[in-house]
Amino acid sequence: MSRAERASTLLGGFRVLGVAIRHEPWIFALSTLGSVLFGALTVADAWVLGWSTDHVVLPAFKSGATTTGGLVAILALFLGVAILRAVGIVARRLGAGIMQYRMQATYRREVTRQYLTLPMSWHQRHPTGELLSNANSDVEAAWAPIAPLPMAVGTLAMMVIAIVQMLFTDLTMAAVGLLVFPLVMVVNVVFQRMSSPIFTRIQALRAELSEIAHESFDGAMVVKTLGRETEETDRFAAKARVLRDEGIRAGRIRAAFDPFLESLPNLGVLAVLGVGVLRVRSGAADPGDVVTVAYLLTIVAFPIRSIGWLLGEFPRSVVGFTRVSRVLDTVSDTTYGDARLARAPRGVALEVDDLHYTYEEGQVLLDGVSFSVEPGRTVAVVGATASGKSTLTSLVTRLVDPQSGAIRVDGEDLRDLAPGQLAANVSLVPQSAFLFDDSVRGNVTLGDDLPDDEVWEALRTAQADGFVAALPHGLDSQLGERGTTLSGGQRQRLSLARALVHAPRLLVLDDATSAVDPEVEARILAAMRRRGGDSTLLVIAYRKATIALADEVLFLDHGRIADRGTHQELLERCPAYAHLVNAYETEVAPQ
Amino acid sequence: MTVNLSPETEKITAAGTSVDSGEEISARETLRRGLAFSPELSEGFGWTILLAVIGTGGRLVVPISVQQTLDKGINGPNGVDLSFVTAMAIVAAFAILATGLSSYFMTVRLFTASERGLATLRIKAFRHVHDLPLLTQNTEHRGALVSRVTSDVDQVSQFLVFGGVFGIISVGQVLLATVVMLFYSWQLTILVWVCFLPLFLSLNYFQRRLSAAYGVVRRSVGAMLSAISEPVVGAVTVRTYAIEKRTQDRIDEAILANQLASTKAQGLTAFSFSLGGVSAGLANAGVLILGIWLGLDGHITSGEVIGFAFLVTLFVGPVQMGTQVLTDAQNAIAGWRRVIGILETPADLDDPGPSGQSLPRGAMDVAFEDVSFGYPGGPLVLREVTEHIESGSRVAVVGETGSGKTTFAKLLTRLMDPTSGAVLLDGVDIRQVEFASLRRRVVLVPQEGFLFDSTLLDNVRYGDLDASRERVLAAAAELGLGDWLGGLPRGLDTRVGQRGEALSAGERQLVALLRAHLADPDLLVLDEATSAVDPALEMRIGRALERLMSGRTSVTIAHRLSTAENADEVIVFSKGRVVQRGSHADLVEQPMPDGERGVYALLHDSWVAQQSR
Repeated sequence: MSRAERASTLLGGFRVLGVAIRHEPWIFALSTLGSVLFGALTVADAWVLGWSTDHVVLPAFKSGATTTGGLVAILALFLGVAILRAVGIVARRLGAGIMQYRMQATYRREVTRQYLTLPMSWHQRHPTGELLSNANSDVEAAWAPIAPLPMAVGTLAMMVIAIVQMLFTDLTMAAVGLLVFPLVMVVNVVFQRMSSPIFTRIQALRAELSEIAHESFDGAMVVKTLGRETEETDRFAAKARVLRDEGIRAGRIRAAFDPFLESLPNLGVLAVLGVGVLRVRSGAADPGDVVTVAYLLTIVAFPIRSIGWLLGEFPRSVVGFTRVSRVLDTVSDTTYGDARLARAPRGVALEVDDLHYTYEEGQVLLDGVSFSVEPGRTVAVVGATASGKSTLTSLVTRLVDPQSGAIRVDGEDLRDLAPGQLAANVSLVPQSAFLFDDSVRGNVTLGDDLPDDEVWEALRTAQADGFVAALPHGLDSQLGERGTTLSGGQRQRLSLARALVHAPRLLVLDDATSAVDPEVEARILAAMRRRGGDSTLLVIAYRKATIALADEVLFLDHGRIADRGTHQELLERCPAYAHLVNAYETEVAPQ
Repeated sequence: MTVNLSPETEKITAAGTSVDSGEEISARETLRRGLAFSPELSEGFGWTILLAVIGTGGRLVVPISVQQTLDKGINGPNGVDLSFVTAMAIVAAFAILATGLSSYFMTVRLFTASERGLATLRIKAFRHVHDLPLLTQNTEHRGALVSRVTSDVDQVSQFLVFGGVFGIISVGQVLLATVVMLFYSWQLTILVWVCFLPLFLSLNYFQRRLSAAYGVVRRSVGAMLSAISEPVVGAVTVRTYAIEKRTQDRIDEAILANQLASTKAQGLTAFSFSLGGVSAGLANAGVLILGIWLGLDGHITSGEVIGFAFLVTLFVGPVQMGTQVLTDAQNAIAGWRRVIGILETPADLDDPGPSGQSLPRGAMDVAFEDVSFGYPGGPLVLREVTEHIESGSRVAVVGETGSGKTTFAKLLTRLMDPTSGAVLLDGVDIRQVEFASLRRRVVLVPQEGFLFDSTLLDNVRYGDLDASRERVLAAAAELGLGDWLGGLPRGLDTRVGQRGEALSAGERQLVALLRAHLADPDLLVLDEATSAVDPALEMRIGRALERLMSGRTSVTIAHRLSTAENADEVIVFSKGRVVQRGSHADLVEQPMPDGERGVYALLHDSWVAQQSR
């Protein structure tokens, strides 16, 4: 780290704390007050001990008698100070906790709001893991310095009080003691400077190790079937060993500094004793003064570390905050208009006009696609693997906007529609179904208040009623993370039921039954034909049974519409099309 | 980046198999087994303790010096004695230096031992997880397994090196302080202990409450991470249904629950921590009061009383630190227990290792002898299957969902072992075959072609780590994938993204096939390996494989019956049994023994119904 970087980290750390303090001024005040109370009372302890020495203990030993008043005073003073100090501790720690957790919660809410607002194109540019850690560990790192903050502020206050008290007690001994504090501070700061880059690296290594484990376990099937367990373990072990060595390095630094931090005040006490004896001999100080100054040194030296802890959190905090801010500062480039679609019980008219879409790496995915679909009609999009079909569905459902060209629904450009309008009228069933960590009902209705019989009806159409009914709690069975494991085909069918129950005016199926048995698929298609004759349907498919649903077929080849017409027409006049869809039959040459 | 969707699922269950976090073994037992897994931790531990004791001793220097100064330097018989104080200060300074050195060596040793021991534990656990059946049988709880080798181990390591140092020092210091205090005055020592007795007694109660409170926090973190992942992983669904509000509400709820749980745990921690201070105040006052009484009777000097007050701080500090360490210890022990739980879960597949048989190269002959399989505690999903697949034949396996096809494939490739019966490869029980040999000769391509976040080249090479770029290109051409590869702007250097998500599902399958082809197996098992590829390409690949696999054995599971039509033989599964077997031509009209229409004929009918449009 260069000097400038360190300075900016220090400044940045304080700036992040400033954000937190401005956000939660009252809780910060409360916890700091608690901490100052704690600090003041810790110092008061020394004063109580010194006072007791001079006014009760030594006189008692000298005179050989004591007063009840003196003893009661000792008890009251020590206990009073202790109880108040306990209050201070609770206020400090609880306050710091409340503040830290409130900031975490606030920022997690804001970050996830961004995730919900920012467009798909943004999501595609950011790996899942990165976004999850932005909302989790980065937020945590950003606000980590809040925990030691009140303690550090309180320690500062305590030091000031201790210094003042020492100065009042005896100037000469105070001078000796005062040398210790800055020394301890300096050693602390040097320690943080040396160790924080290692801790930052350890943090990063832990994340990398976790990524390796995730990937390796995710790919367990491949690892196992190819017998690559040893290679995977080597990959993991290499990183684990680097982490181990960094940990040992951090340990060495700490091992060197700890004794220093501990000895400095102790040596200070010895010096104070030496000087103190001189002062007592010359009659300038009482033995109680020596005790007070020595005690002050002992008790204040340790908490000075908390300032080190605070500074130590800064590098991680600044990095975390920067990463979180990057998400929060992103402005969505998706714009909305205020056009609304009439809520009619019929399909929409879909118009696709000279659509171009290029992927970031310069790969042209769609190259001038135009077509239109009349309300209530069904159009199948057929094409080879990687011909641009899925891109088309993303554009039609406005997950991404085209580089040029336009898509219109009932004559309205998608970009002119008011927020929520498109979703209310258009549903997409993607290739890989996503299920929420929720009940079957929640996954189908998505929180809309729909009667159970409509849900069952949709499940029936999607041929999902059978296995749902067999689940232990029917519609209330929990799915996802902590719930029942469903097969790929079952997930697709639930995803389909989800679309059907919302009765969209345009339904887009992106190879949505690929994991379903042909027989079941046939039943789904039959049920759909019976049921929704009104909505407009855009389907991506390979299987003839699905294609046969369509009034018209678009044959997509390398991002262009190579031909269009009915299935029969295309079979007859387009050899490439016939080759693709007839592959199963024509290739089965009896041998 | 820590991606962890369900970090705290304490008990992982998968289709009847489960990994318990141990049957709640005791803390002592955890420690014992933990040390057995990481021998580095206990090696030379005696020396570390010795150094710790010396290091701790240094803390007594100051209180003793204060006492000596007061009694002999200031209030001594000859009045103020400067030379005595100077001599004492010099001795004390040396003592501080010596203890500083020994505490340096102790810390270094502790860090080195902990980091080494835990790296070993981590690597062992990682390796073992790959041998656990649930990893391949249940995809939902992988996050929990990841945290076993990451955050759980981190928790132990963090505790050992931070809490561990303080813990050792604290206990040593409390004991040492007690000994020295006893030396000064046994009455005052008893008094101090009595003052702290309520704290010690309440410790157990608070530990239990704290550990419960942190348990709630951990679970709330898991729920929160899962909620947060919804708008990220389910971005498409959230957008297309415009359920941003509902999703946000669910997230907000989880965030709030986590915030409240954390705050509550923090409050409890703060309260229990503050109790120590009250005991300390009581002890300080008590020492002075009782000290005066004792002094009046001539049992103790004033310097000893004041020195004793310093000793009490020496006692209070570690007690407070110790209670803190104890709380961390609870979490660390729990983490350790979870890791040990993984290590002690028996791997269901035993690799016979080098002592096992190795299979010679050449087309492989497969036999199932009376094989049944059921997940533990569940019904049999495969019943009494006895089939022989001749070397060099191409076999298609068909049947409805849940008929046992995939189970058949998994037993064939030894991803699982049969509940009863045996699978023989070239006449050798598959359980006797060394894994290294088995995995080289038998390759399964599953439906979901998993890709690692790297380049396409690296992913294909996973099948043969030594393959050159040219070999990979040639293999692609052999499979008929040259066009596809040529169409990618960056060819083999294309980055595939996390889990290969930058490619389409069909393309991922192509990579998996290419990878398997490069691995050059003698028995190739395809489980719906081309389900997301377009028909023309699928048939092209099928033809290429047919050519490439000639002279080898291949088993293909497919729900597209075109595959069956091309195979030498078809095995038909229904409800866990093989119900028909023969060539496509034979089976298509063959009725069932009871005269019903044949299972294969029915499957074929629906396939034809779909195709003939």
